[in-house]
Amino acid sequence: MKHKAKILGALAATLLASSAAYAGEVRVMWYSDGVEGEVIKDLLDRFQKENPDIKITLDNVAYKVVQEQLPIQLEAGQGPDIARVTNIKELAGHWLDMRPMLKDAKYWDDNFGSTLDWMRPDGSDAIPGFMTQLTLTGGFANKTLFEQAGVAVPGEKATWDEWVDAAAQVSKSQSLPAAFAIDRSGHRISGPNVSYGANYIAADGSPAKIDDGVKAFGSKLVQWVADGKMLKETWVAAAGSTYRAAADDFINAQIPFYYSGSWQVANLSSKIGDGFDWVATGSPCGSAGCSGLKGGAALVGIKYTKNPNDVVKVMEYLGREDIVKEFSERTLFLPAHKGVVDKGGLKWVSNDKNVAPALDAFVKSAGQTLPAADALPSWKWANAYYAALVTRLSQVMAGEMQLDEAWAKMDQDIADKVAQAK
Amino acid sequence: MSQVVAFLTRRRGGRGWHWTDIFMWAWLVGGLVLMFGPALWLVLSSFKTPAQLAEFPPTLLPYATEQVAVAGYDKPLNLFTAQLPDGTTRVMAEVRRVGTVSQLVDPKAPGEIFKVNIADRQPVREIRFATENYTQPFEHFDFLQYLKNSVFVTVVATLITLLTNSMAAFALSKYEFRGRNLVLLLIVGTLMVPLSVLLVPLYSVISAVGLFDSLWGVILPTVATPTGVFLLRQYMLTIPDELIDAARMDNASEWQIYWRIVLPLAAPALAVLAIFSVVWRWNDFLWPLVVLSRKELYTLQVGLNTYAGELNVQWHFILAMTVVTMIPVVLVFIFLQRYITAGIAGTGLK
Amino acid sequence: MTVQTTIGQKIGAAIAAPISWLAAIVDAPLKLWQRATGTNGMAAFFLAPNMLIFGIFVLAPFIINFLYSTTSGNAFFLPDRNFVGADQYRRLLECGSYLDPSSCREDLFWKAVHNTGLFVVLQVALLVVVSMITALILNREIVGRSFWRAVFFFPVLLSPVVVGLIWRWILQRQGLLNSMLYQFGYQPTEWLTDRFWAFAAGVTVSVWAHMGFFTLILLAGLQAIPRDLYEAAEMDGTRPGRVFWRITLPLLMPNLLVVIILALIRAVQIFDEVYVLTGGGPGTSTLFLTQYIYEVGFASLLRNPGLAAAASILMGAVLVVLTLVQLQVGRRNEKKGARE
Repeated sequence: MKHKAKILGALAATLLASSAAYAGEVRVMWYSDGVEGEVIKDLLDRFQKENPDIKITLDNVAYKVVQEQLPIQLEAGQGPDIARVTNIKELAGHWLDMRPMLKDAKYWDDNFGSTLDWMRPDGSDAIPGFMTQLTLTGGFANKTLFEQAGVAVPGEKATWDEWVDAAAQVSKSQSLPAAFAIDRSGHRISGPNVSYGANYIAADGSPAKIDDGVKAFGSKLVQWVADGKMLKETWVAAAGSTYRAAADDFINAQIPFYYSGSWQVANLSSKIGDGFDWVATGSPCGSAGCSGLKGGAALVGIKYTKNPNDVVKVMEYLGREDIVKEFSERTLFLPAHKGVVDKGGLKWVSNDKNVAPALDAFVKSAGQTLPAADALPSWKWANAYYAALVTRLSQVMAGEMQLDEAWAKMDQDIADKVAQAK
Repeated sequence: MSQVVAFLTRRRGGRGWHWTDIFMWAWLVGGLVLMFGPALWLVLSSFKTPAQLAEFPPTLLPYATEQVAVAGYDKPLNLFTAQLPDGTTRVMAEVRRVGTVSQLVDPKAPGEIFKVNIADRQPVREIRFATENYTQPFEHFDFLQYLKNSVFVTVVATLITLLTNSMAAFALSKYEFRGRNLVLLLIVGTLMVPLSVLLVPLYSVISAVGLFDSLWGVILPTVATPTGVFLLRQYMLTIPDELIDAARMDNASEWQIYWRIVLPLAAPALAVLAIFSVVWRWNDFLWPLVVLSRKELYTLQVGLNTYAGELNVQWHFILAMTVVTMIPVVLVFIFLQRYITAGIAGTGLK
Repeated sequence: MTVQTTIGQKIGAAIAAPISWLAAIVDAPLKLWQRATGTNGMAAFFLAPNMLIFGIFVLAPFIINFLYSTTSGNAFFLPDRNFVGADQYRRLLECGSYLDPSSCREDLFWKAVHNTGLFVVLQVALLVVVSMITALILNREIVGRSFWRAVFFFPVLLSPVVVGLIWRWILQRQGLLNSMLYQFGYQPTEWLTDRFWAFAAGVTVSVWAHMGFFTLILLAGLQAIPRDLYEAAEMDGTRPGRVFWRITLPLLMPNLLVVIILALIRAVQIFDEVYVLTGGGPGTSTLFLTQYIYEVGFASLLRNPGLAAAASILMGAVLVVLTLVQLQVGRRNEKKGARE
């Protein structure tokens, strides 16, 4: 038995040792869609050289970890010291308010002010972090396919119907499987919904019932799938709120038009290469406007850190204008830093002649988002709304239910989520 | 040669071909293609560039467009088989593409530029293995650390599984005591509920006992496998009680009976459990992903999933790393296959 | 003991070496324990380590899971959750007609129940037939039998995620199968976006992944059947079909029963490979119970851990009943076999 006690003692000791962080340690949890993991590693290595007293560890993780594991860790009062996250509003209670510790809080308010509400509880003036990347949803057109088909690429004020019709002509003449595709995501179709007059938010801030705007664009989507104009598999070949991108079909010149967002630029550039010419088109118009939807990933400090001062130091470094500029240029991400955006002149690190015009087009169309869309990133029920939209619409597309039933189910799904939070 | 044919076609009784023989060989060859084909294709795909992975129709082998250095151009140019305006078909190098028009030159006489519609030219391709899918992750991916963690988890979990499960199986098969049936029922009952539905409660247990972010948190929940206890118990039931009684006569302690008599006799079943435990623990993905958040603790399966982002998945890296993680399992398979199959057949799962 | 040692015994010896070293140290205090508690007291000792781990990491989560099912809220940890009694169960069971999922309040749960039921029936049937044919073939005298045995066992070694991934790359619209069809001049088929084909793909792929294991169990049974029975039948001129139904099948019954029970349990638990393959689509036609519970409890943006816990408790209850029935049938068959 003595041996056992000893073994248990040793076991307990190693466990304690492994979970205790020593002073000056800062762990950064980071997920990557592309090269940004390597870029941030470079930047942090540089910081590490200048600040040997802070030990930075970069944990590259799967997005699944950020989405599924991190929320439980946070609720248990654990977690990394800094994390790159997307579910920034719902978890806002767990972020560190850096305002009292920042050397120059005004710099943060001035440059990141417009997106701070996305990551802090309603009514708070906290500075939890900054957006590593601002995203905007928008379309991409395969210019070469349009040219081959002899169809003109629709102009700036073209509506969704005009875009889909033009793309359908191209797809017919080039015998492609479909005219266009939208990523399977509630976030992606919310900009278009707003363009048709949708408003998700009721006067008291709670979720509104599914309105005519959602119904207008939602029924168009269903019709386009039924007509074979919209690529069926992206939405149909999954259940629940699972995300599916249609990027590969665009890359492979299977669809002339693709509605996704600014984050795809780097991906498209590296995979299409010189295969064809492509352009970013901004968001097609609806009856109420031509809105996309903003979003992105934030880098935030975590409240439960043992070394808040060191966390702030790291964040101050990463939030510096020159660092944000370099990060954006190398990752081809749109910066969320006002100074960087206003000065312009970003030197995108890419040989691809399609990249710079595409990114510039996104910067330009960022001004066209409607207020109802701009309110969504800082609205805490947005995710519940997105999930209900995707789950039910794809059931309609698969022929499992009728639209009327779907609207009712969406209302119920969202109401359930609200009731559950009480 | 005819002897070989005779040998291959020899069948029961040595009489002529029966329809069952044709069916049998069709089944076996079809099985060979179906069982190995997909895995082989995965390996070939892992050598493709991201652009080639997205290509339709997909090719069996990884290809790249052939390039050639042409005088007067800094970079090597891509080669195409083009149908020229004069109707001839020649291999040309592409200088640039503008819209739907490709500008081509003859690599040997680069002076004259031909303009051809892109629909009239096909790339000349050669087989090229994109080994960078393998080498790049090794550069900025702590492969050895992940490998060490995976090996640690697999080995320790398997050892603990073998020890504790065999002890429990021994007690459940060779002793009469009150509540034995209750224990058995508990074990059989829990056999059936998959871990993936218990994630949240299990997580609260793990964090309550302080095993979060620890390899022990990955190991311990998996070692009390009801399957293992059940399998070993069924096997131990076939060990005659007389052996044990004789040992007791010789004043052997119960512990000695366990490790000197029962364990060696249960070796085939233990080995089967060991092999399954190794395969299961090596392949575990969801649970380690939930428990581990520091990269120095990552197992290979968790590590390779860092290439799965929110909006994009870097398939070329994931495929390559998947192939790497398959290697140990395949090695186990090659060296132990005769034994695995014979062992399972011999465990008397009755 | 025979002189010839199998590899298995060598492995067993290798595993036993460190244990025997430990065992020698442990033996002395254990003898004292044995003297104090008697021979049967040792049973408690042997059970203790396994039951301790089992209790903490399997049983406790089970109980917590039950407690979860009586609460609501978004919080992950029990103390922060609100007690609601049987509300979650009521919500799950609220249905116009249990045969029509869309009439239920939790339509996705019932859709998953229906899908799982159909999947279990089809998959187990196909699995048993395919494994049986393969086992019968491998039981014949064929050239390179151990090689062929290994061929069919190979997929068992792959992780479910890899299995799902491989087949998705083969079956997706731009996958290998369609490209082969296209090259032979056929129209590509939408394997994963057509309700029928996606379900069929789920069944087939899971049979592909697991048949090797079951084939071996059946093969073990076949090899235990005495040769002379077949020889006698052959001399009587009995037709092969009759031999199979009259000799092979009855004698194979115990193994077949194990195969069916294990296959049933695995089929009900189906998750990873089909999740990676189809994601539950098209629509919800391959949404199975485990995926539903995992998504509702953990992954989805509409997370509701209490509801997921209630669903898993219902699933567990059905499973236990199913197994008890199975075991009962098995016992009756054994008795019948003994009488004959």
